[in-house]
Amino acid sequence: MKIRIGAGSCGIAAGALKAQEAVEAEIKNRGLNMEVQITGCIGMCHHEPLVDVIDDNGREFTYGHVTPEIVKTIFAEHIEGGSPVEKYLVATSDSPNEFLAGQTRVALRNCGLINPEEIDDYIKQDGYQALEKVVAKSTPEEVIAEIKASGLRGRGGAGFPTWFKWNAARQNPGTEKYVVCNADEGDPGAFMDRSVLEGDPHSVLEGMAIAGYAIGAGEGIIYARAEYPLAIRRVEMAIKQAQAKGLLGANLFGSDFSFNIRIKQGAGAFVCGEETALIASLEGERGMPRLKPPFPAQSGYWGKPTNINNVETLANVPWIIAAGGSAFAAMGTEKSKGTKVFALAGKIKRGGLVEVPMGLSLRDVIFKVGGGIKQDRQFKAVQMGGPSGGCIPTALLDTPVDYDSINQTGAIMGSGGMVVMDETTCMVDIARFFLDFTQKESCGKCVQCRIGTKRMLEILERICNGQGKENDLELLEEIAVKVKEGSLCGLGQSAPNPVLTTIRYFRDEYEAHIRDKKCPAKQCKALITYRIDAKKCKGCSLCARKCPVGCITGEKRQPYTINQDQCIKCGNCLEVCPAKFGAVTVE
Amino acid sequence: MGCCCEEKEQSSQNNLIDLKLIKGILQEYKSQAGSLVTVLQKAQDVYGYLPLPALRYIAEELGVKAAKVYGVATFYTQFRLTPVGKYVILLCQGTACHVNGSERIETALCQELKIKPGETTADGLFTLTNVACLGCCSLAPVMMINGQAHGPLTPDKAVKIIKDLYVQEEQADGEGA
Ligand SMILES: Cc1cc2nc3c(=O)[nH]c(=O)nc-3n(C[C@H](O)[C@H](O)[C@H](O)COP(=O)(O)O)c2cc1C
Ligand code: FES
Repeated sequence: MKIRIGAGSCGIAAGALKAQEAVEAEIKNRGLNMEVQITGCIGMCHHEPLVDVIDDNGREFTYGHVTPEIVKTIFAEHIEGGSPVEKYLVATSDSPNEFLAGQTRVALRNCGLINPEEIDDYIKQDGYQALEKVVAKSTPEEVIAEIKASGLRGRGGAGFPTWFKWNAARQNPGTEKYVVCNADEGDPGAFMDRSVLEGDPHSVLEGMAIAGYAIGAGEGIIYARAEYPLAIRRVEMAIKQAQAKGLLGANLFGSDFSFNIRIKQGAGAFVCGEETALIASLEGERGMPRLKPPFPAQSGYWGKPTNINNVETLANVPWIIAAGGSAFAAMGTEKSKGTKVFALAGKIKRGGLVEVPMGLSLRDVIFKVGGGIKQDRQFKAVQMGGPSGGCIPTALLDTPVDYDSINQTGAIMGSGGMVVMDETTCMVDIARFFLDFTQKESCGKCVQCRIGTKRMLEILERICNGQGKENDLELLEEIAVKVKEGSLCGLGQSAPNPVLTTIRYFRDEYEAHIRDKKCPAKQCKALITYRIDAKKCKGCSLCARKCPVGCITGEKRQPYTINQDQCIKCGNCLEVCPAKFGAVTVE
Repeated sequence: MGCCCEEKEQSSQNNLIDLKLIKGILQEYKSQAGSLVTVLQKAQDVYGYLPLPALRYIAEELGVKAAKVYGVATFYTQFRLTPVGKYVILLCQGTACHVNGSERIETALCQELKIKPGETTADGLFTLTNVACLGCCSLAPVMMINGQAHGPLTPDKAVKIIKDLYVQEEQADGEGA
């Protein structure tokens, strides 16, 4: 028997290390001889921390929400007693749950299964064989042709055909070329790149080396965001192990192809996810985008031909080389081949990472795989593409998830973040939220982006504050066009998207704010009032005790009242008022 | 964003900052082109923030203009020009955390610590900083304290984590005395 513990940063946050300690203590106390393995994230973040028991026949039993007490029970009943503890099981290899069963894992093939800190685990899964295959048997042109046959498009946002970029970088003359892995993952709400780097770092290293061979580069650089300390640590470890085994370095597999990789930490700037800004940042400058062309494939890092790919794009590459481009192209839709990883978050029941073939409908992803909305509330919208994307409403839930169909809704595929929103999410507030983000993250180079986003934010703020004016929506749309047209890079060009899609699909919500001074989702503080219904209040004093500003007063067993002048509208009172009384209301 | 002259420099700062501490870093990176961001990151690891005298020293040693060093240091949100507390709380304000109520966590933390985001408590223990996504979105709302992520939070849970750290500090103080 063997125990496996999900120790991605999400698992650790949920208590995986405590579970691990408990497991090790049990093994010691019971005098057992068992292997304990850590692994990355299997994607079932909604059940974390996860502990797998793998029996001698290779059958896997996955336990969820594992506390040290549950560990004790698992050891007593399952490991020593021989019968799995049904009530804590969330999946078994014989009966995978709906969440896992609906998936096809390519980029995530090893995540949550292997130990990311052991290169041998990766090698056992045929790791580095794709690299060996291309170096020993293929010409760079053949590698590019294979990637072309796979139909792989960039997973970093724009969906540009990967082979085309590789080919451009190959065609450009020069002996010094670079492969850059974009691990800046700036879209707030997306975490697939973190998970791949934490759970299967070698797949990215191998993908980079194959890209290096294809374009003729000798050096790879991973630009990783500083907010991902665990990912950085595991990648550093992986690089050292690969170097020690001669899988990175000089004359790989006895050929004259040499390739090495180093990691560079970002310093916290969303715009550095943009290719030219990323290069400026790598060169130690302020991360400001520049005009393209020249494209990085022509003139990138230190003016040399540079190919930049996203983490997930690269993680797919070894699989494609091993299984063949046609196997990848057999999945997905006509123009969007293969599988895509989505990060399900927000008001969704089963949040986490899922990988499904392109072309599945939004409805299937959110309701079938994701289990629908928390507390069975009403679905309102799904946000895709982050600050560059938009909110897709209920009426479009049958949209297939592929690059082109999502573009038609006004959102974008982006990196694959899906933040699900329900009736309690205010769409005007969401638009304001994103503009606040892009306005702060604008590097300031283009006037339209720097000032236009600021003006749009001000308008959205006044609408949320109940001071919206009759022609504000027209004004927003007018500025939006200017910002799109007048910006150099994707940040400004797409910054108005969250505003435009919410106006398009949720105009009535804007109008309620502007005309009726009401927030239908009851989120905008200036437009709501919390009250205590004197008839229902039993004077239990719970709300008064939980009020952070002490503005609720009253006598015990008498109705309490809220002093509206002091109320900061935090909503604590509504939350703590016992359901059987239901005395606190919000209007 | 500001400029150098806005920064009120305390003359004492010059005396407190031991520039020797980053000499080794500068030696190592001096000859590597494009290493300014890395040098600043390492210097911040040493001091916990980027003191102005250190910025000036870095500029001299790397042979670039002080304005450029300052420009890079103020462009990236990771860099801080003022000291931080022993515990740096990164409170996520990303999309998933926002729709799951990160604002209420912020209110609770501000009440408990009696500071605003971006500030440090008077005892120098806690700094509260808003960030945009820690990559643990399925545990939203999330905060990270000195590299350790916590979630899903409620206002009560967040306050309890802070209180526990205070207790831990007091105990450590007690033992130290
Ligand atoms: C403002 C902005 C932010 C971006 N952020 C990221 C990011 O965090 N990660 C990423 O892979 N691509 C990001 N991109 C897209 C990259 O510019 C680039 O297209 C991508 O890394 C190319 O890799 P791919 O072809 O494999 O997708 C961003 C683009 C813009 C305009
Ligand atoms: S949005 Fe908060 S962790 Fe991602």
